[in-house]
Amino acid sequence: MSSLAASHEHTVLTTAKVIQPAWVRTVHWINAVAMVLMIMSGWQIYNASPLFDFKFSSSITLGGWLGGALLWHFGAMWLLMVNGLVYLTLGFATGRFRKKLLPITPEGVISDAKAALTGKLSHDDLTKYNYVQKLLYAGIIVVGILIVLSGLAIWKPVQLQYLTALFGGYEAARYVHFICMAAICAFLVVHVVLALLVPKSLRAMIIGR
Amino acid sequence: MGRLRSLLIPGVDKQLLVRDAAKVMPDLARRRFIAGGASFGALTLLTGCDVTDSFSAEEMLKKVSKFNDGVQALIFNPNALAPTFPESAITKPFPFNAYYALDDAPTIDGKDWKLEVRGLVENKKSWTLEELYKLPQVKQVTRHICVEGWSAIGSWTGTPLRDFLKLVGADTRAKYCWFQCADAQGYNSPLDMATALHPQTQMTFKFGDEILPRAYGYPMKIRVPTKLGFKNPKYVISMEVTNDYKGGFWEDQGYNSFSGS
Repeated sequence: MSSLAASHEHTVLTTAKVIQPAWVRTVHWINAVAMVLMIMSGWQIYNASPLFDFKFSSSITLGGWLGGALLWHFGAMWLLMVNGLVYLTLGFATGRFRKKLLPITPEGVISDAKAALTGKLSHDDLTKYNYVQKLLYAGIIVVGILIVLSGLAIWKPVQLQYLTALFGGYEAARYVHFICMAAICAFLVVHVVLALLVPKSLRAMIIGR
Repeated sequence: MGRLRSLLIPGVDKQLLVRDAAKVMPDLARRRFIAGGASFGALTLLTGCDVTDSFSAEEMLKKVSKFNDGVQALIFNPNALAPTFPESAITKPFPFNAYYALDDAPTIDGKDWKLEVRGLVENKKSWTLEELYKLPQVKQVTRHICVEGWSAIGSWTGTPLRDFLKLVGADTRAKYCWFQCADAQGYNSPLDMATALHPQTQMTFKFGDEILPRAYGYPMKIRVPTKLGFKNPKYVISMEVTNDYKGGFWEDQGYNSFSGS
């Protein structure tokens, strides 16, 4: 009886140590590659007909010219979409989204944001996200879904015309697609800076603990 | 001009054109286009292509693009109509767009022009403009979407291509209608048969109720509102119904061949 209890306790301790399970790490890094390919080729596509009064420097774009960039974009999109679907399915099926990202309360977000800005936010327990993390991670999932849907709306404005109409038409969908890209880039900057400031979080995303 | 004319002849090696186009690309850009294959290796899993064939990113991306042709043909609903707009939504001025300046656009004398009809059709007679103008016409106000991303709404009037295909006794089980044009360097483009038979695919003779101006493809354009703009050939001089994939001006340079909207 006592040995059973001990071994149970042992299992709990080892599983508790795993911060990022293998499936999360796998989809995270595949997503990182797919995102970079999509964003860099997307910038080259944008340059063919800019929405705003600027272009992206060719030193940070992928594809060389519009035709090359489109090949990359419509190649990497499969990687992004299949990987994204796996992530969403497992996120819901394993209960990870519910456990890690919910609940998100405005009070929690405000107090954690204050704590973060005054340098008082603790990162001791990486298994638990603070409210700012919860908000950003849940938010970026929504943005990820929106950028894929707006991309489909631009790609197939006849076959998927109801989707395109949902975004306010073809031209509006192009802006939604661009704004989602900008949001992802802003997220990436914060995400990468914080990962470097708290290296054990980066380690957890590589080796799991 | 002699060289340009020779390129109009079917069967001429289009590799030449592609190589010329690649030369125009900055060297760095070409290298970047080709580089980076290793990081993209995961895609072989999706395409199922044999990794021993070729490991270059360019080859693999071409295979994915072919795979995407198939996916788009599957998605294509022959009964789904492109959204139409009121005349008040027409973009003014409607942009002229080509890989050359308007001054270099073909100048065609409508009295001399004939549409050549070739391939898997019962009646291979050539059609004069006068004869074509007698066919029943319909008007559509639809959105033209360029591969570059911009779009513009225009009004096109002409004969549904499927009516014309029926009239000439085309074998509609064939895979493509292949169009050749009078543009410098011999523009051409293949259109899959399902799209050719789509109710809105049109042999266009008028833009905005006026005879098609030179800028928009006089004397005849193929308007395909379910395709990107480059699949809407202007200054058309011949149509061939064929089972062979004969390539196209932009398709050969890397634009996705189906390019459906």
